[in-house]
Amino acid sequence: MYLFCCCRLFLHNLLDKLLNVKQASDLPPVQKSRHRIDPDAIPSPIQVIEDDKAKCNEPFTTGVRGQAPPLVTTNFQVKDQGNASPRFIRCTAYNMPCTADMAKQSQVPLAAVIKPLATLPPDETPPYLVDHGETGPIRCNRCKAYMCPYMQFIEGGRRFQCGFCSCVTEVPPHYFQHLDHTGKRVDCYDRPELSLGSYEFLATVDYCKNNKLPQPPAFIFLIDVSYNAVKSGMVSIVCQELKTLLDYLPRENPDMDSVVRVGFVTYNKVLHFYNVKGSLAQPQMLVVSDVSDMFVPLLDGFLVNVNDSRLVIESLLDQIPEMFADTRETETVFGPVIQAGLEALKAADCAGKLFVFHTSLPIAEAPGKLKNREDKKLIGTDKEKSLFQPQASFYNSLAKDCVAQGCCVDLFLFPNQYVDVATLGVVPVSTGGSVYKYTYFQAQSDQERFLNDLRRDIQKPVGFDAVMRVRTSTGIRATDFFGSFFMSNTTDVELAGLDCDKAITVEFKHDDKLSEETGALMQCAVLYTSCSGQRRLRIHNMAVNCCSQLADLYRNCETDTIINFFSKYAFRGILNNPTKAVRDTLVNQCAQILACYRKNCASPSSAGQLILPECMKLLPVYLNCVLKSDVLLPGADVSLDDRAYLRQLISCMDVAETHVFFYPRLLPLTKLESGSLPVAVRDSEERLSKGGVYLLETGLHLFLWVGASAQQELLLNIFGTQSFSQIDPATTSLPVLENPFSQRLREIIESFRAQRSRYMKLMVVKQEDRAELIFRHFLVEDKSASGGASYVDFLCHMHKEIRQLLS
Amino acid sequence: MATYQEFIQQNEDRDGVRFSWNLWPSSRLEATRLVVPVSCLFTPLKERPDLPPVQYEPVLCSRANCKAVLNPLCQVDFRAKIWACNFCFQRNPFPPSYAGISEVNQPAELMPQFSTIEYIVQRGPPAPLIFLYVVDTCLEEEDLQALKESLQMSLSLLPPNALVGLITFGRMVQVHELSCEGIAKSYVFRGTKELSSKQIQEMLGLTKPAAPGQQGRPMAPQDAAPSCRFLQPVHRVDMNLTDLLGELQRDPWPVPQGKRPLRSTGVALSVAVGLLEGTFPNTGARVMLFIGGPPTQGPGMVVGDELKTPIRSWHDIQKDNARHLKKATKYYEALANRSAVNGHSIDIYACALDQTGLLEMKCLSNLTGGHIVMGDSFNTSLFKQTFQRVFSKDFNGDFRMAFGGVLEVKTSRELKVCGAIGPCVSLNSKGSCVSENEMGTGGTNQWKVCSLNPSTTLGIYFEVVNQHNAPVPQGGRGAIQFVTQYQHSNTQRRIRVTTIARNWADAQSQIQHIESSFDQEAAAVLMARLGVFRAESEEGPDVLRWLDRQLIRLCQKFGQFNKDDPTSFKLSESLSLYPQFMFHLRRSPFLQVFNNSPDESSYYRHHFVRQDLTQSLIMIQPILYSYSFYGPPEPVLLDSSSILPDRILLMDTFFQLVIYHGETIAQWRKAGYQEMAEYENFKQLLQAPLDDAQEILQTRFPMPRYIDTEHGGSQARFLLSKVNPSQTHNNLYAWGQETGAPILTDDVSLQVFMDHLKKLAVSSST
Repeated sequence: MYLFCCCRLFLHNLLDKLLNVKQASDLPPVQKSRHRIDPDAIPSPIQVIEDDKAKCNEPFTTGVRGQAPPLVTTNFQVKDQGNASPRFIRCTAYNMPCTADMAKQSQVPLAAVIKPLATLPPDETPPYLVDHGETGPIRCNRCKAYMCPYMQFIEGGRRFQCGFCSCVTEVPPHYFQHLDHTGKRVDCYDRPELSLGSYEFLATVDYCKNNKLPQPPAFIFLIDVSYNAVKSGMVSIVCQELKTLLDYLPRENPDMDSVVRVGFVTYNKVLHFYNVKGSLAQPQMLVVSDVSDMFVPLLDGFLVNVNDSRLVIESLLDQIPEMFADTRETETVFGPVIQAGLEALKAADCAGKLFVFHTSLPIAEAPGKLKNREDKKLIGTDKEKSLFQPQASFYNSLAKDCVAQGCCVDLFLFPNQYVDVATLGVVPVSTGGSVYKYTYFQAQSDQERFLNDLRRDIQKPVGFDAVMRVRTSTGIRATDFFGSFFMSNTTDVELAGLDCDKAITVEFKHDDKLSEETGALMQCAVLYTSCSGQRRLRIHNMAVNCCSQLADLYRNCETDTIINFFSKYAFRGILNNPTKAVRDTLVNQCAQILACYRKNCASPSSAGQLILPECMKLLPVYLNCVLKSDVLLPGADVSLDDRAYLRQLISCMDVAETHVFFYPRLLPLTKLESGSLPVAVRDSEERLSKGGVYLLETGLHLFLWVGASAQQELLLNIFGTQSFSQIDPATTSLPVLENPFSQRLREIIESFRAQRSRYMKLMVVKQEDRAELIFRHFLVEDKSASGGASYVDFLCHMHKEIRQLLS
Repeated sequence: MATYQEFIQQNEDRDGVRFSWNLWPSSRLEATRLVVPVSCLFTPLKERPDLPPVQYEPVLCSRANCKAVLNPLCQVDFRAKIWACNFCFQRNPFPPSYAGISEVNQPAELMPQFSTIEYIVQRGPPAPLIFLYVVDTCLEEEDLQALKESLQMSLSLLPPNALVGLITFGRMVQVHELSCEGIAKSYVFRGTKELSSKQIQEMLGLTKPAAPGQQGRPMAPQDAAPSCRFLQPVHRVDMNLTDLLGELQRDPWPVPQGKRPLRSTGVALSVAVGLLEGTFPNTGARVMLFIGGPPTQGPGMVVGDELKTPIRSWHDIQKDNARHLKKATKYYEALANRSAVNGHSIDIYACALDQTGLLEMKCLSNLTGGHIVMGDSFNTSLFKQTFQRVFSKDFNGDFRMAFGGVLEVKTSRELKVCGAIGPCVSLNSKGSCVSENEMGTGGTNQWKVCSLNPSTTLGIYFEVVNQHNAPVPQGGRGAIQFVTQYQHSNTQRRIRVTTIARNWADAQSQIQHIESSFDQEAAAVLMARLGVFRAESEEGPDVLRWLDRQLIRLCQKFGQFNKDDPTSFKLSESLSLYPQFMFHLRRSPFLQVFNNSPDESSYYRHHFVRQDLTQSLIMIQPILYSYSFYGPPEPVLLDSSSILPDRILLMDTFFQLVIYHGETIAQWRKAGYQEMAEYENFKQLLQAPLDDAQEILQTRFPMPRYIDTEHGGSQARFLLSKVNPSQTHNNLYAWGQETGAPILTDDVSLQVFMDHLKKLAVSSST
């Protein structure tokens, strides 16, 4: 069961050989001996995924403590029975070691990936909103944990004991309720906060900034109108799209108009603000050239309600592309742009979001001016880390100001060359925003991707001015946080904006012993302003088991979540450490995890045997994917910006996204049945058949690989042509053909896109075409062009490491 | 020979010159003993409908440091075609174009009646006039509306080719782009930040980008004249600007309770000055500033925005308690000087009930020749008509304004120039005729007068340099030449040359002659200008004491008396009015700050040092007319005894026009007699002063405040504060007269003043 022994013999023999050879030469002799290991004999991600799918045929109920949920690749329904749904929280281990020593010994990271505002499928109810009246939510007196199912009512219901800190608190009279014979409150099932894992409280004025109920948030669109922006078509596309998009601003009640106000700014070297007050016949432009000391030149008429000013806004959006059609200004500023948005929100005394559409490295004279520092020579050296750090501290302090105001920044980049994503991304990443990057943007081919991203980004549910706090039961403590946010102290995660796609990974450490009896509890509370301007608290509770036996720990781990943690940990590590050292640390820790298992949990066997815990048998293959990702092992064609972009992107991904990002989904498209997807194949060239067509999805990219001798019928069904040579590799969308196959394929593609937070552009890759190189990059079980090991080789390497640790 | 009265009048009509002395003492010592310096009031652009300008260049003396213009006083050798300069005695050949010259064929500039002559010259391309409106938007809705209408109206008064620009300000400063279609575009500046001229020009995109990275692409045509975006010909942007003004809103930033609106006047002006500096240096331009309150933030701030701290008063200033005064004054002075260097003048139209900071900002107009207009509201006829009158036209249909004037004064060797007092700045031209002894703006013989109108008058002070032991020989004549170069409002460059000469007289043997050549009106105004000039920098009492001493010395010099016998004191006719002028000057708001705010004082002084002699005299000693049934209207003494129940009085103080109905008249009027057919004559009597007042109102700039009051009315104070308080509550019963009205004041009356003067003049101890 947890002993993985099918490949024991092979590896044993091989590794002995390997070790001998390796001493003689640095060249890995793997190639020669590669065929000796049957790839089918090593743990298959596809197998594991399919097994899990098969296992899961009834809804997952969260009532049982310490129960690992189905994998992220499995479709399942969740019933909230007292713990947060895995859609909100996923843990690396559902059975935590009781002591720090055990945890240290095993090296298994104890972490949770929390996605507080995750969207739930339509068949699951969103968290209920609870109102505890004027005095606000009921909380533990000492640790301030919010009322939850872990609170134990005592003394006939007059007091309750906190499950986190054991402190006893009086129940306020208005909240009193009698207990039944089991000691439960009679109204337990009437109150979400007593029976569910996730729910929301209505916050009172005490939970608001300056003790004042918040204003509805505002969206400000800041559009680069420099030469490149205009020429690429970005400006006209954005302006055209905004006209319709403004009707889809986020709202809670779909029947009501959104209360979100909007404002517009265009900029190059100077900023142009627009007065779009409804009473004006024409919008007015106010130019601010004093970029060194940014201010908002107008108050009234900058932030407006869409319905009040519709005509003026439309006129403005029509005129912007015309006005700048002949611009020759190539220089841009960036820092002042964000400052302008921030100042506008400050002036309006509200939180909000900036949508910045930017094209180039901001070299114009202004605060936050950057220089081109892309230096390929530094890659691989100890100085490489500096390339991931922002080049000016300006943006760090700006980010801090933004967070203080609840100003979230979403950045859409359209670069034609180096723009220093590492620096430009600082503010978005620290304010809970997103960075979107469209390198070499061309209206024709990239418009669809950009517009879909933009639409989704504007429409998606979002909270503002948020603070997240994770409380835990005595014995463990949240020590480290990964994601897009800002922290001014060690406990409060401040998020200027928090949308439904953002996940925060939290690491826990022991500071005392845990007991098997009570298990370990955690409560994640997010205080935020909803898009309608309501101040709320979203509470997610999670209880896991504790164990004194290592075997129990290894039995209840989740590899996907561990990989999520490791990738974020490593990607942050490269800011301060040489990339090589980060990679070594990762390998080392995994080896220790597996060695610890081997030593303490596996039945004794020959040292040459590789034995993996059932839950972690995919750890090597996934870890290898992390190690050879562009961030940690860049190929020659990967730009510094791409790496910085991915680094920031991964930091707020949830488990499902990291999973598919590191181990892409590869579907063979020979037969398509409605209602189910074909079984995926492993990401290896060996699995591709010349005669087939395959769909590969990474969460960011979507490829349609066409074998050189693909069946004519298949091609006819998909492309409407029989000839392989007639397929245009530049197509980004499939022709709409009236056959079930084409329909189903397009359905699948649409469903994939719907699952992901970013729109995936479809690339058609013909076998042996030049573009196939890009595609091959995602066949992660193979050796990569940048020198990343193949799955087999890496497994051997891990085995070697484990053996070294054991001996 | 004509009387001196006629001579003076003739000289004024022809040359716009009034000298304090029309015979000049022949040595320095004698000149100083005369107390009143040799000086003149000069009106450079005095309207001369009878003077056609000539269309050629003036002929200049060839000596490099002289360059005097050929004039009727030069000796000409018609045969040799040579003329001798009457200033440096250089002999100059006539230019070739004068080849046909002879005794019977003389050019205009040699004829005696052309002692003042105007040349039209060709210098570079004609520059358009520029009007840059700088508008405060922190106004009450009603005020702003009125101002907007006035501004829109003014567009129709501008010459079609004139360039206009618009800057509005409140908390921020907005420079409006006028050329764009569709979206109204403006550049915004923070109101709190001091910016250099270069920064402003850069931020407005007026400097050409020096970035080398932009080669490759062709230059767009609009780059040729970047300034066009902000300054556009009226005919092109008329509609656009009218709409823009129409849409102008009050400053939208909220003003909390107990605060003043934030008004960035300082930055707005610096942007205006910077904009013109960068685009049209040395071109005639008017910056017209409209304000409805004091600057409350940024550089040039006069008072904070807290309403509980009132704006500085004379009391605060005397106690050195005006926090922002020095800094703000310095800031505006720097701006004014920059503006003056470029020949741009700045007008201030301040309409508010409280002070607006004119004290700090006065230099903007004083140094650049701009107007200051002060009113209570933009929604008054005072402002509306005054503003309209800025654009008044002369008999040729040209605007009564000229730009970029440079006045140069040349003197013959016996004289030197000490300085000038008027709306001018020094050009620091140190010629040989510049005295080291400064009076007014001195140390130069050239001044820049950025904006001129036909009444602009400068006081110019001279010094006789000949020593006592080497006086000017008898019968000699001293000469002075005024050369005024300016840009006419029809964009022509013109030069007006006035050359005058006066005889030298030996002060010992010919003191009677000199005395009779005394122009007491001109002297009073010239001394008053010196006094006002001093008052700007000295304490009020010091200035009064100085004036008194001068007066006493003058009386000692020219009075006829027996020592220590005041009753014997007598002054000749040519000096008889002078002490009375001084008496009223002492009481005038130019030297008395009591009852006036610092802004008002600045305003009054501003107008005093630029008006011509007639107006200046009215300002010193207001004119009082009486209307009654006993005869035709007549001027009466400015005395409390003139206030009688059956009289209507009309007083003109230049700044105010007061119609005062005596007690009986007021009662009749109240009873409505004027409505009755049988009292038609009463109706006519009431109407007569109104008609006369209307006549004054028609021509005066700025429009005077018009006050219609009666005996016992609160507004009667305007009259009562001006008249000589011959009857007060102190002496009313002692005098025992039945006529006149007592004035409740402790001020001394003219009689007391004269008594003291006589006593001091005849006293042997001084």
